[in-house]
Amino acid sequence: MSNQAVKMDNQPSLQAPKKIKPSHPKVERWKAFYKQLKKNKMAMAGGAIILFYLILAVAAPVIAPYDPLAIDLGNKLATPSWEHWMGTDDKGRDILSRILYGAQLSLGVGVVSVSIGAFFGIILGLFAGYYGKWIDTFISRFIDVLLAFPGILLALAIISALGPSMINVMIAVGIFSIPTFARIVRGSTLSVKKMEYVDAIRSLGANDFKIIFVHILPNILSPVIVQGTLRLATAILTAAGLSFLGMGAQPPTPEWGAMLSSGRNFLWQAPHLATFPGLAIATIVLGFNLFGDGLRDALDPRLKQ
Amino acid sequence: MFVFIARRIFQMIPVLLGVTLVVFLIMQMVPGDPAVLLAGESASDEQVQQIRSQLGLDEPVVTQYFTYVKNVAQGDLGTSIRTNRPVIDEILTRLPITIELAFWSILVTIVLGLLAGIISATKQYSFSDISLMVVALLGVSLPNFWLGLMLILYFSVKIQIFPVSGWGTFMHVILPALTLGTGGAAIVARMTRSSMLEVIRQDYIRTAKAKGVKERIIVYKHALKNALIPVITVVGLQFGALLGGTVLTETVFAINGIGRLIIDAIRMRDMPVVQGTILVVSIIFVLVNMIVDISYRFLNKRIDLN
Repeated sequence: MSNQAVKMDNQPSLQAPKKIKPSHPKVERWKAFYKQLKKNKMAMAGGAIILFYLILAVAAPVIAPYDPLAIDLGNKLATPSWEHWMGTDDKGRDILSRILYGAQLSLGVGVVSVSIGAFFGIILGLFAGYYGKWIDTFISRFIDVLLAFPGILLALAIISALGPSMINVMIAVGIFSIPTFARIVRGSTLSVKKMEYVDAIRSLGANDFKIIFVHILPNILSPVIVQGTLRLATAILTAAGLSFLGMGAQPPTPEWGAMLSSGRNFLWQAPHLATFPGLAIATIVLGFNLFGDGLRDALDPRLKQ
Repeated sequence: MFVFIARRIFQMIPVLLGVTLVVFLIMQMVPGDPAVLLAGESASDEQVQQIRSQLGLDEPVVTQYFTYVKNVAQGDLGTSIRTNRPVIDEILTRLPITIELAFWSILVTIVLGLLAGIISATKQYSFSDISLMVVALLGVSLPNFWLGLMLILYFSVKIQIFPVSGWGTFMHVILPALTLGTGGAAIVARMTRSSMLEVIRQDYIRTAKAKGVKERIIVYKHALKNALIPVITVVGLQFGALLGGTVLTETVFAINGIGRLIIDAIRMRDMPVVQGTILVVSIIFVLVNMIVDISYRFLNKRIDLN
């Protein structure tokens, strides 16, 4: 009887089992996140603006109608027309072409400087949150000191020492972004390190380095991604501001802030010189702000104000 | 409360020392010999050496830092290379202008931000709520130096109501204060809206409504008072952004305040002025933050002061 039962069990079932591909929980989580994000129309609009500028930046060499540096003195300060959609500047250079190439610079500066800020901010925040005690006190005081410089001033102080250039702007804006990341990562690390799974991993013999970077870091990335996106907006604005002050890109580089700065001398005769670069900065920053807000709501609703 | 204030002042000291250290270290990174810069290119080696020992530049860096802190504590920020005047005098001449600009700008931030936030919250999801929040989002994203230029273009160049640049009369204040204050107003508006919406849902508001208290009294007397607590922190933080923003706004409107002093000094490589100005502005910011923090705790009595 028992043998028979065993035989029965081993026999293939008459109905073929349905093939359900088990989905990885991470994939499910991303699907839920995307669904949530898709619902947020403002975030999608922000994403579309970012995508638009990304395409413009990548395709600039192909779609730009003119060389952004080509001087045409016979055609200077021309108002917008079919030949020059956004007009020309004081040296006769095509403003549309300069704006298209400027997108490369602005996005590049934003990404590089936020990466610098995120890299150092994450490491400082992880160490402060994980180790606590004097390491936390030391790092937290250091962050307090960096935050004591209002707005653009820390970046200006660094540039005053290093000298004006785009690379120095990236370094300065990067350092300016460190405290934001460090604070967020520290807070998240403090709450994650108390979780049971961290104790479990530690009792299995994992070292601190592995616990911090393999087990804690991936679990605190959501607020970092949100902050990174919002910070890109600030970084682009700050970099443009520094170039406007003559501390970043130097003429004739087609940088939006620098273009605004030279355009301001012709506000009377040719207001389009200052109008279009400003619009470009405002829309790209708006895109990152909208997308960052949407990401925050989808990834980390607790942060929603 | 007294213990709390004393502790808060005590906590400020290491931050201020840290600020002096960062400013000192940044200036150490400046290429070139400050003694040569001060003495001028035509100076002899002896003169350069004399200036070096006069300023203590031949001392070890640590000694130089302690001398620097001691001098700063006594109000000695060095001498401007360009004008040969004490840096503190240069700053004190320009500071009142920047403080006046900051005052009017923070007023714009508070008044516009609160009004927009209250209207949005009391008329949630209405046309005015949505349009105000869209404007607020635009306000956060606009580069203030561009907004300043556009205001000049329309109100000074085209309509010619306000002066293009300068400082002195009330008419000079309006455009720069709007330029500097709108970014903060947008943030305050968003914060006030969410804070008000949270408070409006509380039981005591519902009770007030059930008792037949007028809508206006509920909004301004009961809801706003409690909703303002988190807004104060945001206003305090905005003051920092505003102090930093004066650099750009003063450049756009050619106002001879602290912000322009920094930019001119960086351009002229007048490092003592750069160093002193950044230090003074940061100290003001730290002090304002402390006052905001204390008033926040004072207003929100639920927070344990210890």
